[in-house]
Amino acid sequence: MNIRGIRAIYVFEMRRTLRTLSQSIVSPVLSTVLYFIVFGSAIGSRIQAINDIPYGAFIVPGLIMLTILGQSVSNASFGIYFPRFTGTIYEILSAPLSFIEIVLGYVGAAATKSVMLGVIVLLTAFFFVPMHIAHPFWMAFFLIMTSVTFSLLGFIIGIWADGFEKLQLIPLLIITPLTFLGGSFYSINMLPHFWYQVSLVNPVVYLVSGFRWSFYEHGDVSLMTSVTMIVAFTIVCLIIIGWIFKTGYGLKK
Amino acid sequence: MENNTAIKITALKKIYDNGFKALNSIDLEISRGEIFALLGPNGAGKTTLINAVCGIVRPSSGTVAIAGYDNIMQYREARSLVGLVPQELATDSFETVWNTVTFSRGLFGKAHNPRHIEDILKRLSLWDKKDEQIRFLSGGMKRRVMVAKALSHEPEILFLDEPTAGVDVELRKSMWAQVRDLRETGITIILTTHYIEEAQEMADRVGIINKGHLILTEDKNDLMQKMGKRQMIFVLREPLAAIPTGLGSYPLTLEKDENGDRLILTYDPETENDISDVLDNLKSQGIRPKDIYSYQSSLEEIFIKLVEAK
Ligand SMILES: Nc1ncnc2c1ncn2[C@@H]1O[C@H](COP(=O)(O)OP(=O)(O)OP(=O)(O)O)[C@@H](O)[C@H]1O
Ligand SMILES: [Mg+2]
Repeated sequence: MNIRGIRAIYVFEMRRTLRTLSQSIVSPVLSTVLYFIVFGSAIGSRIQAINDIPYGAFIVPGLIMLTILGQSVSNASFGIYFPRFTGTIYEILSAPLSFIEIVLGYVGAAATKSVMLGVIVLLTAFFFVPMHIAHPFWMAFFLIMTSVTFSLLGFIIGIWADGFEKLQLIPLLIITPLTFLGGSFYSINMLPHFWYQVSLVNPVVYLVSGFRWSFYEHGDVSLMTSVTMIVAFTIVCLIIIGWIFKTGYGLKK
Repeated sequence: MENNTAIKITALKKIYDNGFKALNSIDLEISRGEIFALLGPNGAGKTTLINAVCGIVRPSSGTVAIAGYDNIMQYREARSLVGLVPQELATDSFETVWNTVTFSRGLFGKAHNPRHIEDILKRLSLWDKKDEQIRFLSGGMKRRVMVAKALSHEPEILFLDEPTAGVDVELRKSMWAQVRDLRETGITIILTTHYIEEAQEMADRVGIINKGHLILTEDKNDLMQKMGKRQMIFVLREPLAAIPTGLGSYPLTLEKDENGDRLILTYDPETENDISDVLDNLKSQGIRPKDIYSYQSSLEEIFIKLVEAK
């Protein structure tokens, strides 16, 4: 295992993150505050509690998910796309690194940033709504696993993309709808039966549900279903990445 | 160091996804400690060959062994020994020189060694720029940063893909000197170039590649002997029927065309020559050239000759 190589990539990526940290933090914090003002206070005060959880508190896990899904995908995809774009990828490819090591470096750094932002959004939320986290361990588990999994997805997108448009299109076209329709702002149990069934193919439902469960002991699906789904999703991403490195797709000519 | 072969390329082929045959069964062996220059026109396959050795291009077939390690099956051992300076300038603009070179060393799994990095930066005259972001450096400095990165992990084999492209004459000369210095430290160097002059200046051995075929590999001195042909051309005032017998001892030929007659002296620049001696003799034969110019066969012509010969 080339530990030093992994660390070199990780440190490189974290330096890039820290260079742009203020702008990385400002945007999610600002949007969280806006969501709280609009949904939490203005509209939320007219919405009845869901499963005995006040609406303002109910949306907190969803808001955190919204941030880390978006951030993981954009951060990880940019992290690998940029060296492909500038040509500096030659060095990664010519170094004695296995694909697992390369992924650990890039995805590790992207996931770290997401977790940091998730925590910042959580802290911001504490200013607006009284909350209590029932299962801190599970909360951390979902926070980290979601960050890792969607950073893996971002990594795949960053390798697949052959232009900046595609890099931005996927988060916009796929991730945002999936998150909004994934029960961030409502319980999918509130949906008509048909749409409830449709929602079950959305992986984000399981993440939000499990995450919300860790706060309030109440989710749309069972905890184990959530855990199984996120592990399955991670494995699928890893298989795709394994294939990418085996064939050199998008990386080697 | 069980044997003397740094790189052994066997039947290496590359067909790009669009069906283009960039390398056509290349066989090449490079010994430890030598400077090998790969010469060829644009699109010959030089970069493809280097990239296939370094793991950036996937060979379609054939094998590459680096110090005996297969570059795919034993890529860790193989790649650890190799440093690459690619043709295109590609740097991380926002990183400092120091950080980017340290990063490269880390990628190759080597323990942190600030002394070594300091040494490299000083050798490449980059020491005073070490805390500068790369985007503030000139093109020539950026290229040297890429050399520093390639040397950061103490490779045994260094690939320089057109090290002097876009570099001014002075810097080119200093690059040549640096390459020779590097060889003194025992590094095997493979470089590509368009300039035969550059190969002549630096290389021990030369390989000529064209359209994906390695046309020949030869010791530089032998090659220069064969191809480094020089000619001195004497443009005559009056037509000449034949070369006067008194000039028979010189390797002269007579050429006639609409521009008049010319006497052409073909000589070997490596050996002793006295052009003034020829001039004196011409004079004594009553031949007074109206113009004299020298001519050296260009790489272009050498290629054409070589390709036609195949
Ligand atoms: N990714 C690619 N897909 C298809 N063809 C390619 C690709 N890369 C290079 N080629 C073709 O392969 C041939 C060899 O290219 P290569 O870059 O190896 O040449 P080179 O000898 O390095 O030329 P130069 O002196 O201009 O750098 C060229 O005809 C080029 O067009
Ligand atoms: Mg080239």
